[in-house]
Amino acid sequence: MLSVRNLEVDYGQAHILSNLALEVLSGEVVVLIGRNGAGKSTTMKAIMGLVPARAGEIRFQGHKVDHLRPYAVARLGIGYVPEDRRIFTDLSVRENLDVGRRTPSGAGALWTPDRVFALFPNLAEMQDRAGGMLSGGEQQMLAIARTLMGNPTLLLLDEPSEGLAPLIVEQMAEAILTLKRQGLSVLLSEQNLHFAHLVADRAYVIEKGRIRYSGTMAELAADKEVRDAYLSL
Amino acid sequence: MDFSSIVVQFLNGLAGASSLFLVAAGLSLIFGVTRVVNFAHGSFYMLGLFLAYSLAGRFGGTPTGFWISLLVSALVVGVVGALVEIVILRRTYRSPELFQLLATFAVVLVIKDVALAIWGADSLLGRRAPGLSGSFQFFGKVIPAYDLVLIAAGPVVLGLLWLIVRRTRFGRLVRAATQDREMVGALGVNEAWLFTGVFFLGSFLAGLGGAIVLPREPANLSLDIAVIADAFVVVVVGGMGSLPGAYLAALLIAEVKALCIAIGDVSMFGYTVSFSRLTLVVEFVVMAVVLVVRPYGLLGRPSATPRAQVAIMAASRPPRGRWILLVIAVLAVAPLLIDRYSIVLLNDVLVFALFAASLHFFMGTGGMISFGHAAYFGIGAYAAALLLKRAGLQMEVALTLAPVAGGIAALFFGWFCVRLSGVYLAMLTLAFAQIAWSIAYQWDALTGGSNGMVGVWPAAWLADKAAFYWLTLGVTVVGVLWLWRMASSPFGYGLRAGRDSPLRAEALGIDVRRQQWFTFGVVGAVAAAAGALYAFSKGSISPDVMGIQRSVDALVMVLLGGVHSLVGPLVGAAVLTWLQDEIIRDTEYWRGLLGLAILALVLLLPQGLAGARDLWRRKPA
Repeated sequence: MLSVRNLEVDYGQAHILSNLALEVLSGEVVVLIGRNGAGKSTTMKAIMGLVPARAGEIRFQGHKVDHLRPYAVARLGIGYVPEDRRIFTDLSVRENLDVGRRTPSGAGALWTPDRVFALFPNLAEMQDRAGGMLSGGEQQMLAIARTLMGNPTLLLLDEPSEGLAPLIVEQMAEAILTLKRQGLSVLLSEQNLHFAHLVADRAYVIEKGRIRYSGTMAELAADKEVRDAYLSL
Repeated sequence: MDFSSIVVQFLNGLAGASSLFLVAAGLSLIFGVTRVVNFAHGSFYMLGLFLAYSLAGRFGGTPTGFWISLLVSALVVGVVGALVEIVILRRTYRSPELFQLLATFAVVLVIKDVALAIWGADSLLGRRAPGLSGSFQFFGKVIPAYDLVLIAAGPVVLGLLWLIVRRTRFGRLVRAATQDREMVGALGVNEAWLFTGVFFLGSFLAGLGGAIVLPREPANLSLDIAVIADAFVVVVVGGMGSLPGAYLAALLIAEVKALCIAIGDVSMFGYTVSFSRLTLVVEFVVMAVVLVVRPYGLLGRPSATPRAQVAIMAASRPPRGRWILLVIAVLAVAPLLIDRYSIVLLNDVLVFALFAASLHFFMGTGGMISFGHAAYFGIGAYAAALLLKRAGLQMEVALTLAPVAGGIAALFFGWFCVRLSGVYLAMLTLAFAQIAWSIAYQWDALTGGSNGMVGVWPAAWLADKAAFYWLTLGVTVVGVLWLWRMASSPFGYGLRAGRDSPLRAEALGIDVRRQQWFTFGVVGAVAAAAGALYAFSKGSISPDVMGIQRSVDALVMVLLGGVHSLVGPLVGAAVLTWLQDEIIRDTEYWRGLLGLAILALVLLLPQGLAGARDLWRRKPA
């Protein structure tokens, strides 16, 4: 579904991503796991076309999407939920959803406000509240809901559990598994190994802009060496 | 002054507020979504008025024809705005910010000359609205019936806009993009068309603002600059991005102006103060007061404050010493080799190079934008002339004291300005420049009013053009080198730190605001020196020396040359001065040609003239 090869991203003189490759298959939940500053967010942004790649190839369902503008990437079916959520604070919950609304190019179940409210019942109770008045967890839910309204087939979730209360983290994991059951593919980035175990099928471990390890979650769980080298604090 | 005349003026103010609001609302929408400070917005207003003049003149015999003519005029202006976005601005969004500003200046020039070609230079008063050409009596005063239409137009359009912004998807996208346009793009919205749509709506509103005043205001070519200044003031006073704020501000300003007219002349302590003549200044005074009390405007909010920052550049170094010496040497021997006319032209180039260098320091190193830099140039020119003619000082003394006057004035203006940042700061500088201009324009007894002052000649030993040129060269070299040196002094590093990251700089113990304030003083003094040299080189001055056009010229020089290069403003000054001189000689349409030349440069060399060198040296990234 998504295949990234040989991706290189620089900020000025600094190499942020080097020779990065990863793959997401249809219906899979894949986690990109690594410490702060490892290059997880940059990978997501590069896929969306929000930061320019110096080299590499990004393909999505057969289309070459590098060099496309972010809106064009989104229209092909990649939904992006940024790390800092970027809710439109002046707009109400419903209006935020409306900005994300987009009819899908292919067939498929359409996301409606009612459907996203079923997924995140908390949001249903505050449809007219301004985005800026929501709690961190509610904003995270709204950010995902807003992106779902564009009917993506692949969801890029940048650290969805960051800064959330444990109870909300469980809810978030539940929601991601629901989305997976409905056929959505997900690439998420995480620092939190526990959360990754709850939702993901496979993992890539990223450090200093390079993929250091890839394998199933079960393999990663068994590999103490990798965890100690790249993930422990 | 009696009650009825106050009421009449109040209604008059209400009528005036509507048109002002339409223009400002369009400007505010465009800025909110695209971050383009559209200097051409006043030109769109002017175009709307001219189009309405022609269309209503031909088809406006019946009420239906008249109103359709106004609407069509506004629609045409909307299309022109959309075309400007598609053809020009869309290509500049990836250039440094402020480059769009340069492009919109160019559009101002082009539209002015297109209007000159079609409608001529005379003021044209349009047809009255059929059925509404009469007037009615009110407490014994006459009120034109059409004013009632104008009074209603503002709130009606405000209501419609509110509906569009709140109740339509387009409106929601506009509000979302005003906060975070990149995220809107990542959600699959093609920003390009959103921008075009906003440009269409904003320009339509400006055109409508112009068209509806047809029976009331004569159309003329000076409206573009006058209206854009007014619109800036309204947007800033109301709070960027707030439509109700824009209406409130338009109302406040129009009413204060109307009140000044109603009060008329008042005698106090033996002095007569003419309030009706204060109308030129009063809106800027309102703006200065509001911004000091509420830095984000009446209904603006800090969170919704977009900052237009100068997109900056790696710290650029001055050219090598031997190159500087070579250039100075060539410039020093030049008068021996060229004719008198060229010496005068070269003298102008040097004066404006110094002026542009001061603005460049303000923008490049100081990280602030000035829309009113001509104030200091003009204050320098007037200080020199006044000290020479009114105080009877020697020319040498007047020339020495002029920078002091400019520096003090800049410190005074700057004290207010540094409380703000970004576009707000820039617009406040414009406000102060307009106040200074109005004083020079209206204080006949001291400044000679619109006629200016003549006989501002240098001392006898400098009467020869070449001798004066060498003086100019000396002052310019000293001034430019001083600015360059300061850019790499501890003060300059501190300023850059404050420019790039105000919070971190503050955390390091740098008083950013104080440094910016000091910068005002420095650039004010340097610009005033340039102004004084200009006055003595021409022998006469008029309020034009500190008009908006000169501030715009300075910005064009800096942006044309490239903000990221120290040599940029000097190159920009030389090219613009030479271009102006070259084109003025050949054609009446020099502005339009100049505008087209600037547009070509903007589209072909998005990094500025001095950036062309870098482009040539290394491969484009």
